[in-house]
Amino acid sequence: MGSATEYNRRDLFKRAAAITVLAAGGTSLLAACAGGSGSSDNKSGASPTLGGDSKNPFGVKASDALDVVIFKGGYGDDYAKVFEDAYKKAYAGANVSHLGTQEISGKLQPRFNAGSPPDVFDNSGAQAMKADVLVSAGQLTDLTVLLEAPYLDDPSKKIKDVLLPGTVEQGTIDGKMYSLNYVYTVFGLWYSAKLFKDKGWTPPKTWDEFITLCGTIKAAGIAPFAHQGKYPYYANYIIFSLIAKQGGLDLVKKINACDTAAWDDPAVLAGVKAFYKIMEGDFLLPGTNGMTHTESQTAWCQGKAAFIPSGSWLENEMLASTPADFDMAFLPVPSLPNDKLPATALWAGAGEPFMVPSKAKNKAGGLEFLRMMLTKDGSSKFVATANSLTVLKDGVNADVPLKPGTKSSAAAVKAAGDVTFNFSFQDLQTAFDAEVENATNELVNKRITPEEWVSRGKAATSKKV
Amino acid sequence: MRHRKTPFILGFLVVPVALYIALVIWPYLQTFGYSLTDWSGASSEMNFIGLDNYTALFKDSAFLGALRHNLLLLVVLPLATILLALFFAFMLNVGGRSGTGGVQGVRGSAFYKVVFFFPQVLSVAILSVLFQGVYRTDKGGLLNGVLIALGIVDENHPWDFASNPTFGLWCVMGVIVWSGVGFYLVLFSAAMQSIPKDIYEAALLDGAQRGTTFFKITLPLLWESIQTAWVYLAIAAMDAFALVSTMTPGAYYGGGPDHHSEIMATLLMRNFITYGKAGYACAMGVVIFFITLVLSVVSLRVTRREKIEF
Repeated sequence: MGSATEYNRRDLFKRAAAITVLAAGGTSLLAACAGGSGSSDNKSGASPTLGGDSKNPFGVKASDALDVVIFKGGYGDDYAKVFEDAYKKAYAGANVSHLGTQEISGKLQPRFNAGSPPDVFDNSGAQAMKADVLVSAGQLTDLTVLLEAPYLDDPSKKIKDVLLPGTVEQGTIDGKMYSLNYVYTVFGLWYSAKLFKDKGWTPPKTWDEFITLCGTIKAAGIAPFAHQGKYPYYANYIIFSLIAKQGGLDLVKKINACDTAAWDDPAVLAGVKAFYKIMEGDFLLPGTNGMTHTESQTAWCQGKAAFIPSGSWLENEMLASTPADFDMAFLPVPSLPNDKLPATALWAGAGEPFMVPSKAKNKAGGLEFLRMMLTKDGSSKFVATANSLTVLKDGVNADVPLKPGTKSSAAAVKAAGDVTFNFSFQDLQTAFDAEVENATNELVNKRITPEEWVSRGKAATSKKV
Repeated sequence: MRHRKTPFILGFLVVPVALYIALVIWPYLQTFGYSLTDWSGASSEMNFIGLDNYTALFKDSAFLGALRHNLLLLVVLPLATILLALFFAFMLNVGGRSGTGGVQGVRGSAFYKVVFFFPQVLSVAILSVLFQGVYRTDKGGLLNGVLIALGIVDENHPWDFASNPTFGLWCVMGVIVWSGVGFYLVLFSAAMQSIPKDIYEAALLDGAQRGTTFFKITLPLLWESIQTAWVYLAIAAMDAFALVSTMTPGAYYGGGPDHHSEIMATLLMRNFITYGKAGYACAMGVVIFFITLVLSVVSLRVTRREKIEF
């Protein structure tokens, strides 16, 4: 022991161990950056053009395999298998590969970088790839060709004629439509119609009535308002609905475009001040500012809170926790005095974006797959399994039974008519959105005032992509 | 047989070194390259922009804040974990009542050793879920439930723990220390058991107290283990991604409220995945790499002491 050789060897091992430790610690961060070294040529296959054949407008060849990737989230992925079977039937012998996953980025980012993306994919969920990033990298196909293609149920109409308002806009970046958002979502307040009936409360039409009702609800020993505090964008559904109704559709457009001057519009301050009355009245469910969506929505289902903001996926998401006689109902955000938009106006938009990569091998097949999703039968099957509406106008067969929440949101969509708005910045301006979320989180904790919230939102417009 | 040493070592090292170069060194080099571009992370196209990412980085208040938080982790985590682990290891191995049967741990030390090791068995995902239940911000949370029952906290305004701008990061640090102490306890215990008992017995015969034996015998003879522990923990402090991103508020990888618990890893992920600023994120990765490298080298040098062979 203790000879020079012995010492050297021990020292060597010790150093090797230290290096290994270093590597283990650093790899997780750095390896994340290792992109594929795939082909860097900018060659994307020629965009399919519309042929004369209304049965097969994109010229799909049955011999080409179709590669489909579906986000397997709240809606599952069984609905996609129905569409895939229809595709196989229409193009006999076509080989369709299906991947249902929650890790869209994890699975697809390397494939995009290597230049071998799927033919069509559902870009949703917490790990969705950012549409703005994909578009600026030239990775997506312009879907205008799909809009001009004939509608399968009635070839005299084009696809663009049978989509609900806002669908095209939602998928549009820099003037071109890159994603078909298949699910039609409405955003607003949700409550239990049964609870309201039992207590004799009427759903409020104006924000003043809402605040008064909050007082009544609190006096009855129930928290008036819960929200998904850990993810502040849910609270933003309410703030920005108030702002849109007060300021009108032009203001919505400007805010989506990260226009700095939009934040000087008095409607912005009016909207957030109205929202702040919830905090001033101490109407929040205790602890809701730190809760996840699951925690707060479960508390709401248990009757601990009366109202909660969400999109119309809520009913399907909470199926297991909702009591049978809950009678979930949707309420468009109540109106302020001198609103520019009618009280029925609501934040509605298409979600669950389906995209066709520009470097896909079977682009025609990807487009055809999207066209097949937009049939009344296909849409009905989706509505029945996912308890959510699709962007197809009048897209539910009469014999499909609807759950109470879906029924009530369908009624709200009908009442709103063409007056809907959509804050697409939540999907398209993510850096700006993150700043606004931070500001909202400070606001609900009463760490900043509505005036400070406005100036932080204004400053955040500098994060425009 | 000295002349045979080199081929002998080489024979063993060729395969691991090749793997190491392909799987570690090469990705590192790629990262350096990407950090000099405006790569979006979503395509293979990018432009060379020199050091722009780095100059932007050191003007980014969110990044500087994250760096400060990582440095705080770097000081607090190793210190708290090692001190606690040392204390427990000492009590379990040599801290027992003296006099009767020579040197031994406190009563039931074998049992405690197993109990303390439990948290180490849990995966980070389970830790996160577990402590989200502990820190839950309404009376359903373990801590809030107890505090409300004791009348310390108002039921209508419970504490917000991990969502608090001041204490959020400390709550996460508590979890990391809680989960880490057991492992270092076992590490130090093993090292302590290799210290010959007769040294302790000699000290006890000379009338040394527990404190004296700890500082004069245990600590010097454990120095190498502590040094290793320090390097491990310092590197863990540069990461901490999983817990911060899941336990603290914020839609894209936590770090909230308002960047108050932001660390470099969460900021890196948000820029890489969410904002499509992969080149910028790689620059952060490079900065993290150099900090970790410097730390390891410095802590190995500074803590180098004369080795005692026994």
